[in-house]
Amino acid sequence: MKKDNRFKNSLIMLIVTIAVLFVLNRILDDYKLRILNLCGIYITLGLSMNLINGFTGLFSLGHAGFMAIGAYTVAILTMPAHMKEMNFFMKPIMPFLANIEWSFLPALIMGGIMAGLFGFLIGAPVLRLTDDYLAIATLGFAEIIRVVFTNTQSITNGALGLKGIPASTNIWWSWGVAIITILLMVFLIEGSYGKAFNAIREDEIAAQSMGINLFTHKVMSFTVGSFLAGIGGGLLAALLGTIDPNMFRIVLTFNILLIVVLGGLGSIKGSVVSAILVTIAMEALRFLDESINLGFIELKGIAGMRMVVFSLILMGVVIFRKEGLLKEN
Amino acid sequence: MLKIENMTMRFGGVIAANKFNVDIEKGQIVGLIGPNGAGKTTIFNVITGVYRPTEGKVIFNPSEVERDITGLRPDEIAKLGICRTFQNIRLFKELSVVDNVFIGNHLIIESNVFSSVLKLPKYRKEEKEMLDKSIYLLEKVGLEDEKDSKAHSLPYGMQRRLEIARALATEPQLLLLDEPAAGMNPQETRELMGFIEDIKDEFDLTIFLIEHHMEVVMGICEEILVLDHGSLIAQGDPGFIQTDSKVIEAYLGVE
Repeated sequence: MKKDNRFKNSLIMLIVTIAVLFVLNRILDDYKLRILNLCGIYITLGLSMNLINGFTGLFSLGHAGFMAIGAYTVAILTMPAHMKEMNFFMKPIMPFLANIEWSFLPALIMGGIMAGLFGFLIGAPVLRLTDDYLAIATLGFAEIIRVVFTNTQSITNGALGLKGIPASTNIWWSWGVAIITILLMVFLIEGSYGKAFNAIREDEIAAQSMGINLFTHKVMSFTVGSFLAGIGGGLLAALLGTIDPNMFRIVLTFNILLIVVLGGLGSIKGSVVSAILVTIAMEALRFLDESINLGFIELKGIAGMRMVVFSLILMGVVIFRKEGLLKEN
Repeated sequence: MLKIENMTMRFGGVIAANKFNVDIEKGQIVGLIGPNGAGKTTIFNVITGVYRPTEGKVIFNPSEVERDITGLRPDEIAKLGICRTFQNIRLFKELSVVDNVFIGNHLIIESNVFSSVLKLPKYRKEEKEMLDKSIYLLEKVGLEDEKDSKAHSLPYGMQRRLEIARALATEPQLLLLDEPAAGMNPQETRELMGFIEDIKDEFDLTIFLIEHHMEVVMGICEEILVLDHGSLIAQGDPGFIQTDSKVIEAYLGVE
């Protein structure tokens, strides 16, 4: 009975969401559509990080690295040959990549797989670490990826970045992936494996004594999380059309962490709502960075003021409401 | 069922267990007693793989086949059929009571993570069985009405029972109970004794328990081991232990 109800509610919710998206897709201008797209992408990214940090309790800060892998994979696989030639003027692209031109879906999946693969490979050594050590190691990994991408001129075009990536991401892609990710997370977390992840977060020793292999379960969660981060990165690349290694700095990981913590560690609903709110607020609070003219006095804008506001909110949340703003008790 | 041979566990210069030997037979309830710091929990930690012994062997032989389990990981040992509770209760605090028991079932799952996410029929069937079993175990320990509460919201005695239910979910052959009666009043203690004998019969268990309540130990254990400063000082049935001079010395001191 309860299950039927839930199914009905979810279906209604899904139809309403699609209808709203359909209308918004019609009436919004390009700038606002872009924000709407970002909302969808950040839902995917927020959930992927919440799986690792919130549900499994692994303090990982490597998200930007996995996104970079996804983004570059999608970019290189979908860019037409002449576009690549234009981009790679310093040093030509490696021959076997020059003529590849995949359509968006397989490229996106490949982006996820590549990120997942790296998650798996990195996970094997670093997931033996705990807490702060894991955070430092994963942070280091993300930096390494960025530096490698800056220097592999013939694959990533180095610091010049890639321009003219086919703009395949639209509302249906970004939100379609977001909806699939939400469903995937709900099913995963409700299932036996998701509960095992939760058990690891709650008490590693007890979890292990109940027969849960800590290592394989951590790697599992980490790999799925990095796969989804790669997909998110791929969507982002195909939305922006331009990527370069400096996009994938720690600040990007911080933004996602902000979504996860504000929404509540271990809350799917929280991450979704907070992804939307934070993405919109990032744009809406842009005025803080610019000069404000109050008529009688003009306040000079301070670049980065937005992030100060967000950081203050974050500090407030961790001090006064650790379970997140949106998590129900 | 379980044999420990010449097991020594040293932490730096401290000897927590010294040439410890035991042979537990199938179907027994064996008690391990001793003053605080005697090394009782250390022995449990060695059996369950939390510690690797400095010397000696742990052998698990639920059937004719002997298996050296020294140095295996705790999860591997749990899968072989040894499960435990903890002295200082280690529940999954933020999770519901039923989820705590459900997680105990996780080690027997055959479906992989993909069939769990896709909710394939085989997984659904397994999940249903796991859930039914969890509910059954909760009824067994009298916690079925609390199944949706968070584990940490339960009173102390219930938390102990929940820990036992969770351990039973792993389908152990050997159950290790670390001070199951700690913090219980006399009434609860008596209920616990009956309960331990019940589950032993129903699930065909062998039980090895650490306990300070002499009433429990003398009441249900067929064999008692007395530990002092890491060494076994006496072993025998309750009647023998109560009169053994070394035991009296360790517990009461002599003039």
